[in-house]
Amino acid sequence: MTSLPHPSYTTVQRQFKTRRRAAFAILVLLLIYLGYLFVSFDIPGLAARAKMDNARILLSDFVAYKTHVTRDNRSDKTTVSIEGEAKATYTPAQYPDWVNVTADTTTIDLGQGHIVTYDAKGARYSVPGYGLIDIQPDGGKLKLTAPQPLPDWINATDTRISVTTPQGRFAYSRSKVETFKYQPGWALFFFTLDSPFYGKSYGQLTAMLTGPRIDPARSNAGYMASEFWHNKQWHHGDVAWALFETVLMAFLGTMGAALVALPLAFLAASNFTPIRTLRFAFRRLFDFVRGVDGLIWTIILARAFGPGPMTGALAILITDSGTFGKTFSEALENIDEKQVEGIRSTGAGPLQRARFGVLPQIAPILLSQVLYYLESNTRSATVIGAIVGGGIGLLLTQAIITQKDWEDVAYYMILIVLMVMAMDSFSGWLRRKLIGR
Amino acid sequence: MVDITFGPEPGKRPDLSNPTEAYIHLARRKRLYGFILLILFVALMASGFKIAQDRNAGDFLSGLHQLGAFPSEVLSEAWKNRANLPALLWQHLPSLIETLNIAAAATLLGGAFGAFLALGSTRHLARFPALTPLFRRTADIMRAIPEIVIALILIFILGGGPVPAVLAIAFHTAGALGKLFSESAENADLKPVEGLTSTGASWGQQIWLGIIPQVAPNWLSYALLRFEINIRASAILGFVGSGGIGYDLKLAMQWGGGKYDQVVAIFALLFCAIVVFDQLSGYARNRLVKGQ
Repeated sequence: MTSLPHPSYTTVQRQFKTRRRAAFAILVLLLIYLGYLFVSFDIPGLAARAKMDNARILLSDFVAYKTHVTRDNRSDKTTVSIEGEAKATYTPAQYPDWVNVTADTTTIDLGQGHIVTYDAKGARYSVPGYGLIDIQPDGGKLKLTAPQPLPDWINATDTRISVTTPQGRFAYSRSKVETFKYQPGWALFFFTLDSPFYGKSYGQLTAMLTGPRIDPARSNAGYMASEFWHNKQWHHGDVAWALFETVLMAFLGTMGAALVALPLAFLAASNFTPIRTLRFAFRRLFDFVRGVDGLIWTIILARAFGPGPMTGALAILITDSGTFGKTFSEALENIDEKQVEGIRSTGAGPLQRARFGVLPQIAPILLSQVLYYLESNTRSATVIGAIVGGGIGLLLTQAIITQKDWEDVAYYMILIVLMVMAMDSFSGWLRRKLIGR
Repeated sequence: MVDITFGPEPGKRPDLSNPTEAYIHLARRKRLYGFILLILFVALMASGFKIAQDRNAGDFLSGLHQLGAFPSEVLSEAWKNRANLPALLWQHLPSLIETLNIAAAATLLGGAFGAFLALGSTRHLARFPALTPLFRRTADIMRAIPEIVIALILIFILGGGPVPAVLAIAFHTAGALGKLFSESAENADLKPVEGLTSTGASWGQQIWLGIIPQVAPNWLSYALLRFEINIRASAILGFVGSGGIGYDLKLAMQWGGGKYDQVVAIFALLFCAIVVFDQLSGYARNRLVKGQ
């Protein structure tokens, strides 16, 4: 034990050297590949293509909303609305306290001393630490009076003047003058402006639950739930349906695939199907179905069944019956034959042998596979829904395509993550209940 | 309290004087529960299918007749123009390579970040044991976000192309691999680490020399499996707007009749790529894990 014999020492040294060389070669190859990707993906051009303005809009819209105070310069009509949407327009009685509208003057307090005033002469914006920006229409043009030189956050042409400050945005054109105030949060999340419950505090709402009925036909709690469920801005009811549809697609697809794959797996397992060609045919069928991939199945099925959740469920069903067929037949080949022998010795037929000798052995493997796929398919169903037009995936893609309802996108994203995590813990719970691990 | 002192009520206790009776009773009750569960399951499936069908544009039975219509239309048109196919295959090969590159880059990136998450979330190994729950939750959340969510947002910011797809798939991959990596690192033997600690090795050296050699086969095999999954994901993401063969497929599909030979060429390329890489990675995984 004092010292190792010399030859083995050199052998070990040589082995170490070869290994180190191999590791180095792998590293070099990896670096070359990454370099190739760098060129092929055009990473240097990325900076030029990236639109960081979009990122800023998106992030601020995720957590904030803007209120438009607009005066039509032709009709002299002033409206206050959230995100400029017609269905989210305040009635004069509901105007937020930072807007003050009288017969011919509108005063908007943007906070931190920023005051915007519209009146018959034009409009002015008083910026603390800078001065007064005064705009008056003069013939066909806009006349701007402001401390010189103009800072870069004032953008002025003859027909349009816009001012952007940390407190908000202000734009004057010949047809209208607009002020945008940004506020944190998601506006109208619970109740829309036309709802009798809008703008009430939690305390007031709780008191209203037992108070006199607003609508004599139904209780206040029911009215409140219905106003929330049918919220015209956030469509909570439709969103809940979409989430349900997505989970339904995953459930139907996964369970259906398991039901289809189980009998077929017996035909592909060598210990149940002695006929080689049949076995081979079924194995290739599973490989084919898996290889064609969910995307292609989705396209083919969408042509036959039209858009909707059933198409998505069938796409998941077909793709996963290939996967399940493969794993189930592998599980079947690994069973213990002794139990089947025992059942056979009682004179049981093939179906009874399968039910009492085989199924109890493979049930835990099947269940854990199926439950794992149930969770993973909830995610796939979101993607497939975006293609076949069903479920939350569709709502999400639509919201992203409009490129302005980013608060909806954030809402859907949070719901999707919660949905997947809920399915994850549900399938884990079920697995523990049924299999005990 | 009464239960603990006197045992359950006499009536509820199984009558052990007659074991056969007791067994049959138990078996019957078990079978009844199984039957109820089965009925419940069938009812759930049936009503679920009914709801899904009601909300679908076309219904199941009438769609079933048309199931073959689209493939046969596509195939017959492609057969008429079969002379074009070799050229079309060649034309779409670069897109296929891009799809594969997206999957590979995402697997590499996600694997690297997944390893980082795994080392942070494995007990006994973490540099900062107090932070393991944080790393775990991070991996859970990253795993829960479907690729398409991140991809669509990144497409809005970065414009089309492969980079949004890579980042989106890598994000999800990091979470998924982080969990699997951490599970296999949890089972690693800690003796080499102790040996290294006794020589005064730093944390990095302990991990690199004591843990990585043990878990490398498992980690590589998981990463290969993920690569297979990511090829499919990258094809799908192409279809919703980032680059690769999925995007070609979308363009050809939108064109409709007249470009079905292209559709067939793209289907064929995608199918072959998926099958080839499944086989290759299955073979490699077998060798890695079983050492055969």
